[in-house]
Amino acid sequence: MDILVLMKVVPDVVEELEVGSDGKSLDTSFLRTIINERDDHALEQALLLKDKHGGKVTLLTLDAPDIDDVLFTALAKGADRAVKICGVESVQSTQTAVKLFGETIAKTPGLLPVDLILTGVSAIDDLDGLMAAPIAQQLGWPYAGVVTQVALADKTATVIKEFAGGVRGEYEVPTPAVLGIQAAEKPPRYVPVAKVRAAMKSQTIESVDAPAVEAATTVEVQQMAKPQVTGHAEMLEGSPEEVADKICELLAKRGLL
Amino acid sequence: MAGNIWIIAEAWRGQVSEITFELLALGREVAGQAGAPLEAVLLGSNARELAQKLGAADSVLYADNAALADPVPENFATALAQLIKEKQPAAVLVPLTNLSVDVGVVLAAQLGVPFLNYCKDLKAEGGNLTATCVLYGGKMEATVTASAKPAIIGILPGARPVEQGRSDKAATITDVAVTLAAPKVHFKRYLESEAGDVDITQKDFLVAVGRGIQTKDNLDLAEDLAATLGGAVCGSRPVIDQGWLGLSRQVGKSGMLVKPKLYVMLGISGAPEHVEGMKGSQCIIAVNTDAAAPIFNVAHYGVVGDALEVAPALTEKIKARKG
Repeated sequence: MDILVLMKVVPDVVEELEVGSDGKSLDTSFLRTIINERDDHALEQALLLKDKHGGKVTLLTLDAPDIDDVLFTALAKGADRAVKICGVESVQSTQTAVKLFGETIAKTPGLLPVDLILTGVSAIDDLDGLMAAPIAQQLGWPYAGVVTQVALADKTATVIKEFAGGVRGEYEVPTPAVLGIQAAEKPPRYVPVAKVRAAMKSQTIESVDAPAVEAATTVEVQQMAKPQVTGHAEMLEGSPEEVADKICELLAKRGLL
Repeated sequence: MAGNIWIIAEAWRGQVSEITFELLALGREVAGQAGAPLEAVLLGSNARELAQKLGAADSVLYADNAALADPVPENFATALAQLIKEKQPAAVLVPLTNLSVDVGVVLAAQLGVPFLNYCKDLKAEGGNLTATCVLYGGKMEATVTASAKPAIIGILPGARPVEQGRSDKAATITDVAVTLAAPKVHFKRYLESEAGDVDITQKDFLVAVGRGIQTKDNLDLAEDLAATLGGAVCGSRPVIDQGWLGLSRQVGKSGMLVKPKLYVMLGISGAPEHVEGMKGSQCIIAVNTDAAAPIFNVAHYGVVGDALEVAPALTEKIKARKG
C-alpha cells in the first residue's frame, strides 16, 4: 500500500505580513514559511495508513527555503522517501503548482504507481484553484475532498467527508485515487528534534528538475493589500485585571451579568 | 460582457442553502454592471419546487436527474460542464461551502480553467471581472482579474446579506437535460452530527478557544470562565484537529453556526472559516496576542494580550460580581 503525499509551504501568518514593492505580492525578504497545515494532516493520514497496512510513503514538494527541514521532519516521522522539485522560483499560482506536480508525477521514474495521492484540501494562498481535483483530472483518477477519515480495503478507499453543522458523508472511492485531506484522524504526530537530526544524517532528499510548464495567466493579481478595515473592535487596554474589570463593566451594561 | 452571469444554487437536504441567496444578491450586482442577465442553475432530483425560490434571478435552469439526488461532486460538475458548453455563461459563481467547493474544483478541472478561490467581492468592469479575494487566513486581500471563459469563482459565505437575494417574484424556470454516467465515487450515507454533551447552538454564553490556548491543560481556564458565565466552551478548527474538543464543539465552516448573546474568543486569530460560524453573535470579545489579528475587525471589543492571563482574571472578577 503505497502513498504519495504532495506538500507545499505557505507563509506563517503568525508573523506580520507585508506587501512587496510590486504591490501585488508578499514581501518575501523576512517571510517565514511553514508547511501548509492541511498538507501536514495529509502526511499524518498517510503515516496512519502506513502504520496499519505497511507500504511506502513518498513526499513530493516544490523547492523552497527551509523545505529541507520540512522534509527531514517528515522522514523522521516515518515517511520513506522525499523528493523536491527544483529550479522553480517561488510559485505564486496553485494552477502552476498543479502543472509542476502533475508533470513531475507522470514523468519521474518510481513515483507511480501508488494506491493514493494525498494532499491538503486547501491552503491559505490557494488563489487560483485547489491542488487535488486538477491533479486527479490529469491522472484520470477519482477525487474526493474535505476528507477527515480514510479506510483502505480491496482497492477501495472508504472516506468520510465533512459537510456543515457536524454532518459528514461516507463515500467509496476506487483506488488509485487523489484525496484532499481536511484533517487526519489523529493530530499530526510529534517528533523530537533528535530524531529529525538523525534523519538528516542517515537519509537523503532527492532532487528532480522542474518540468517546463506554461505559467497560468488567466488569473492576474492587480493589487495586494491588507484588508481595509470597515469596523474595528473597541480596544480595551491595561493589565489583565484592569481589562477584566472593563469587560465586567460592559457586560453589566449590556445586561449580560 | 458576452454570456450570462450564473450562480450555482446549493440545495442541502431538501432546502435551498442561505448562501444561495447571498450569491443571488452579489450576482444581481455583477449582472447589472455587465449588462447581462442573471441566471441561477439548480441541479437535483425531484427538487423543482426549490427552483421556485430563486426568483431573484432573471431565469433559472433546472436539471433533474436521479444521479443528482446524492452529494456526488463529480455528477454535479459533469452536469454543469455540459450546461456551460451549451449555454456559454461569462461567469459561474459557486458557493464556497464544503458541499459545493468540490463541485467547483472538479468543474474547473474538467473545463481546464482556474478556480478563483476565496472571493468576497466581485465586479464587472470594462468587459472583465475583478474579484477581491481573501488570502493568508484573512491577513491580505488580493484584487484580481479573471479572464478565463468561463470564470469559475468560489464565493465566500457572507459576501452579501441573505435577505438581499430573496424575492417573492415567481421564478422563470427552464428545464434542461443532462446526461450522467456512473460516477467513479459512490456516496454511501450521511453520518449525522455526533451527539454532544452540550448543544453549543443553544447557549447564550460561549467561550471559544483557538490555537492561542497552546495546550489542552489550558482548556480548564476556558471551562472555568464558561462555567462562571453559565455557558459552554467551543473552539476553532485547530483545537478540534488536536483532539482537545469534540466535533460537536466546533464553530465555523465545517462545524456549528452560533449566535449567542456573548462570544468570548481566547487566542483565535479570526480565519474566515471560523468567522463564518460566529459573526452573528450579539457581543464578541476577542483576546489575542497579535494586534494585527483579523478577528479585531470582527469583534466588538478587543484585548491585545495573553488569553491565559485575561481569562482567569475575568473569571475571578465575574465571580466576585455574582457573589
